[in-house]
Amino acid sequence: MTALLELEDVEARYGPVHVLHGISLAVEEGSVVAVLGPNGAGKTTTLRAVSGTVRRSGSIRFAGRSLQRVGPDGAARLGIAHVPEGRGTFSELTVLENLRLGAYTRRGSLQPQLERVFSYFPFLSERRRQQAGTLSGGEQQMLALARAFVLRPRLLLLDEPSLGLAPVLVAELFRIVRELNEKEGLTVLVVEQNAHLALQAADAGYVLEAGRVVLSGSSAELRADDSIRRSYLGY
Amino acid sequence: MAGAESSAIAGLRRRGALDAGTATVWLVLAGAAIFLLIGCLRSTTFAGYTVQGLALGSVYGSLALALVLVYRATHVINFAQGELAMLTTYIAYQLMQWGLSYWAAFAATLAIAFALGTLLQVTLIRPVQHRSVIAVVIVTVGLFILIDGIVNWIWGADFKVLQSPFGFASFDVGGVAIPHKDVWVIGVVLVSVLLVWGLFRFTKVGLGMRAAALRPAAAALVGVRVDSMLAIGWGLAAVLGAVAGLMAEPFQFSLSPTFMQPILVYAFAAAVLGGLESPAGALVGGLAIGVTLTLIVGYEQKYIGSELQTPFAFAVLLLILLVKPTGLFGRRDVRRV
Repeated sequence: MTALLELEDVEARYGPVHVLHGISLAVEEGSVVAVLGPNGAGKTTTLRAVSGTVRRSGSIRFAGRSLQRVGPDGAARLGIAHVPEGRGTFSELTVLENLRLGAYTRRGSLQPQLERVFSYFPFLSERRRQQAGTLSGGEQQMLALARAFVLRPRLLLLDEPSLGLAPVLVAELFRIVRELNEKEGLTVLVVEQNAHLALQAADAGYVLEAGRVVLSGSSAELRADDSIRRSYLGY
Repeated sequence: MAGAESSAIAGLRRRGALDAGTATVWLVLAGAAIFLLIGCLRSTTFAGYTVQGLALGSVYGSLALALVLVYRATHVINFAQGELAMLTTYIAYQLMQWGLSYWAAFAATLAIAFALGTLLQVTLIRPVQHRSVIAVVIVTVGLFILIDGIVNWIWGADFKVLQSPFGFASFDVGGVAIPHKDVWVIGVVLVSVLLVWGLFRFTKVGLGMRAAALRPAAAALVGVRVDSMLAIGWGLAAVLGAVAGLMAEPFQFSLSPTFMQPILVYAFAAAVLGGLESPAGALVGGLAIGVTLTLIVGYEQKYIGSELQTPFAFAVLLLILLVKPTGLFGRRDVRRV
């Protein structure tokens, strides 16, 4: 069985700064995969390499097709939803307009898809006319997740969803991600600093350091690994 | 009683409907409207000036809106916007010379303006847009000179006259003579503006354009083709400019290669008065500048002749930038993290 997303020897740089030194990873269809590692390890850049928001080389294959020449809008059209760092919320637009933008590349009626989204995020239904910037941080993160989900993506790229959120909200967020994965078959590649939570929600994980994969395995294996426990789980 | 009232206001505040700045702006606008209304009821001369000012102001507002559309998308003022409007008015003139009726030429000109605006963005602006703001500004200034040269070359610098269908007749409303022309101009501009507004507000392309203007990177991630949106934005701006040019011609009574230049200055003032980022502000700003200038020039002909209109608009521009740089409806970011 081939994976939905496969990266092989991917390199990326911002100007003269080399960030990724040959990353290889695979995401199976229907799984949740976490990317862990310290600041500056290249976690965010890995996601950006997939969605084409950074120049990269090496092989990136999505559903059997090369993403080499695909930019961010093309990636969205192929069914890759990328929730970037800082959520990518259009704070000047209303909640509903944000959701309509999420489904920008879809044709046909949005209504059934919206109903579905509101069943996971009921508060968004009540606030659909509200300016998105007036939502709280946690609500905005939920909106970002909802916006990605209206696309009915084949792959969700989620960047540091826990950033700046209270622990209880982070737990709720990962619960919903897991639920979307189990009930809707959503495949997720999530970058997270909070290794403990990420490994709870994920099936497998990759640990990055200085632009290289230093460790990978199933969540259980990673949780059992001594070096992971000391560096990232703190016990 | 007082408690209930203050809690109602607090409720409004929470929903963001009211804050001190916005309330002041609305009060000032309401005051101005009442002043104009009373003036119009007491004096037919005043009423005549006011209507003419509104018609002129809608022309300024239309061009100001074109400036705002481009500014919102790229944070650059298109200095060639007025010349582009002048060029499209010449195109309308040429189409009429070839035998098209006024309204057929009008429609064709808008279509040509859209294509032209889009084309210019793709060929001249896109190659430099990622370099720097100043590079884009220089290109628009170059475009200004280029269009000037081309129009002078093709049509010459002498005055041309468009066969305007509006005529010189007037309605008589309570002793006030309101020229048909003024009513037509206001109507045509309002319909154009409403159509553009509807496009932005209710269509998918409009939503994509707003997203691309607000956050290009995030817009690309949801699948918006940001470059195409910017090109369409330039096209729409050129259409609004074309409307402004065609509607300005009856007031100038002639077409010349420089006829849009003072109007561009008024449109600048209007756009800045409105807050540069606000489409509604551009329109209100245009009307305010139009009415103010017409009233001042009308009543103070002895002291402020029409020669001083353009410097006056500059003075307004300077004053706004000094006193309230965000203009009447400048956008404040509401953002929580």
